[in-house]
Amino acid sequence: MYLNPKIEQRVVQAILWVFTLATVFILFFIIFYILHKGLPVLSYNFLTTNPLDMGKSGGIYSTIIGTIALTIMSLLIATPLGVGTAIYLTEYTRESRITRVIRFGSECLSGIPSIIFGLFGFILFVTKLKMGWSILSGGLTLAFMLLPTIIRTSEEAIKSVPYNLHEVSYSLGSTQWQTVTKVVLPSALPGILTGVILSVGRSVGETAAVIFTAGSALRMPTSLFSSSRTMAVHFFILAREGISMPNAYGTAAVLIITILIINIIAYRLMHKFIKKYS
Amino acid sequence: MQKSKLVFFLCLLTVIGCARDKAGTGITVAGSTSVQPFADKWAEVYMDEHPDQVVNIQGGGSSAGIQAAKSGACNIGTSSRELKPDEKDLTEIVVARDGLAIIVHTSNRIDNLTIEQVKGIFTGKIRNWREIGGNDKLITVVTREEGSGTRGAFQELVMKKDRVAKSAIVQDSNGTVREIVAGDPNAIGYISLGLVNNKVRALKLNGVPATDENIISKKYKLVRPFLFVTKGEPTPVCREFIDFVQSAEGQKLVSEEGLIPVK
Amino acid sequence: MTRLERNERLIKIALFVIACSAVSILAVITIFIFSEGTPIMFKYGLRSFLLGLDWYPSEQSFGLLPMIIGSVMVTFGSLLVGVPFGLACAIFLTEFSSRRLRHILKPIIELLAGIPSVVYGFIGVVILVPFIRETLGGPGLSVLAASIILGIMILPTIISISIDSLQAVPRSYREGSIALGATKWQTTKMVILPAAKSGIIASIILGMGRAIGETMAVIMIAGNAINIPRSVLDPVRTLTSNIALEMGYASGEHRQALFATGVILFIIIMILNTIANATSVKGKAAK
Repeated sequence: MYLNPKIEQRVVQAILWVFTLATVFILFFIIFYILHKGLPVLSYNFLTTNPLDMGKSGGIYSTIIGTIALTIMSLLIATPLGVGTAIYLTEYTRESRITRVIRFGSECLSGIPSIIFGLFGFILFVTKLKMGWSILSGGLTLAFMLLPTIIRTSEEAIKSVPYNLHEVSYSLGSTQWQTVTKVVLPSALPGILTGVILSVGRSVGETAAVIFTAGSALRMPTSLFSSSRTMAVHFFILAREGISMPNAYGTAAVLIITILIINIIAYRLMHKFIKKYS
Repeated sequence: MQKSKLVFFLCLLTVIGCARDKAGTGITVAGSTSVQPFADKWAEVYMDEHPDQVVNIQGGGSSAGIQAAKSGACNIGTSSRELKPDEKDLTEIVVARDGLAIIVHTSNRIDNLTIEQVKGIFTGKIRNWREIGGNDKLITVVTREEGSGTRGAFQELVMKKDRVAKSAIVQDSNGTVREIVAGDPNAIGYISLGLVNNKVRALKLNGVPATDENIISKKYKLVRPFLFVTKGEPTPVCREFIDFVQSAEGQKLVSEEGLIPVK
Repeated sequence: MTRLERNERLIKIALFVIACSAVSILAVITIFIFSEGTPIMFKYGLRSFLLGLDWYPSEQSFGLLPMIIGSVMVTFGSLLVGVPFGLACAIFLTEFSSRRLRHILKPIIELLAGIPSVVYGFIGVVILVPFIRETLGGPGLSVLAASIILGIMILPTIISISIDSLQAVPRSYREGSIALGATKWQTTKMVILPAAKSGIIASIILGMGRAIGETMAVIMIAGNAINIPRSVLDPVRTLTSNIALEMGYASGEHRQALFATGVILFIIIMILNTIANATSVKGKAAK
């Protein structure tokens, strides 16, 4: 069948338009659906009271705290490891077999499904190391999951710092480490932060790895060894078991809003960073 | 820079260390997801009355709870099925009894089945509601996952030696089974009697409605115990919690939530 | 050696140790999953695990074939949904849209990646599953529902990696083709897409990895029956949902069998990763 190229072009363009619009529509649909059902439930009270009666009544305060605790815990571990790896890969070594192994390892790690992290965290932290279902176990497991993202984004950020900045620093007599901490890291900071913020988003939304390592206790966590339920896990349980649909929608709305904010901040930061160096 | 990092890590270690000491005083209760809602309720009231006590409730399932009690990962394991012979070395305390309700969608015309018919449906021999007097629709069978106490009890009380059909939908909690049955006009499932609500309908079994009276008088056959299990004798702290659960007050909470008190 | 020099050396060593963390974590995970999962596979025989049809752990029968087939079906189903939409978006955004539109749409589409998988699963349960049940029949919890939701979930992976590889095609290719009188679509079809092929394939393989590995959304909408589905309207259980459904509840050999499920999943993912890695490396080398 022969089609006039101009007509073919038009047809294809129209099809592509439709597909793209459909994708955007799906996204907006999900967000609006959740917000539409969830926003009416949201109130100051919902955010600041603890869940009662399995979450049938009350708010989601303890799950917000649980989410924050778990996220901070995982970032405290993943950020230094990730940024350190990125510094080593970009500043301290040349491309070699070792760097290829490190990169491949990190790429494989990023491909591992979260349920495998959950299995692993459960067997190692929860049972073998006897940390129990706790913020500590969950945080460590999540940290392992986030590590590849932080390595990759930090590496890209550090790489994009212009080389002449290094040269200036060296010519002033600074050591390599001084150059890294005083010149490279500050310049790469927005890029690194973008990665960290995106990781926050990932840890906030994660369920499979968290439910087996941090448990699902509804109580307010009191220490790193208490089990804690994150918002995503809470939503999962509320919605699946039909405990309370309004509260489930409310929790989902908080989740979606958090993710939106995180993405906007990350996008802004990234934009600034790109502008600065291109 | 480095010093401040060192100080920071020392602080973190101290926090972890302190946290460990504090967590030591709590009781961890883990196991059956069927027992979990009730255990949560007990813990909530118990902690109100004993502000110095911490009771942590975890899910995980009956088998996991029994394992955890055996290995010491939790202080009290909970089970919603009888212990198996190789688990009998644990101390078991019956804290409540629970009926198993066979539930269908509210629009379903059927309201009574024999245990044999239920078994036929779950083994896959009966595939259409028409065969037992309902509409001409394929039956959506919803069961629980392997390892669940509810499934264990159902297997023991209804299925005996036969297997649940492979084509059955599998869900991992009472609530999810209820939600699916509530949404699907052709579905049938089994859940804890205490969790039946107005979204689904519990069937009569051999003509006997699933009510508390019928369970106490043993006319309704699908009944299972809710157990607390401990390794050896419970520690004094645990004993106190168990005593509370078995007290008139604890048992009243149980019956308010739809379970059958043991005392 | 001065104090400064010694410090520098220490720092370098410390950084090297840190840089090994990712690889060591990968190694530890591999070791743990395999050491928990493989003994039981060898005890009952690899054959009975990989080809067994019956999953009744309480009766020591651990056949994983239905779950393996389930994972494959759901993954291919998700590609049928995700690839056309993903590629269309990527091509549209790089080749046909204005710069401004691209700057608005790309972050919006990337947002899809940020939405938690439980939310996707939930949307599937409240909207898609009842729709399928009422219009097409069956229980609604099905291969079809899982494929559609997973297809949406893998869109961001396919779109963003495809966009990267399309944008990496040198400008001169486009200019040359246009100068020869080709239309934009002809250019895309004959020049750009072939040039970006390896990146696009890598994006699809990574999307596959994501679909195979997804757990919570699948548990919610796939129905989890241990049967090999006969139609797309039948419920299905994937390897991941097998683990997550029964993990908390399992003990003894049952639990080991779930780790064995993890081993199989792990091997599949590693193969996909290696292929994706190799294709994108090959693609880079070709340029």
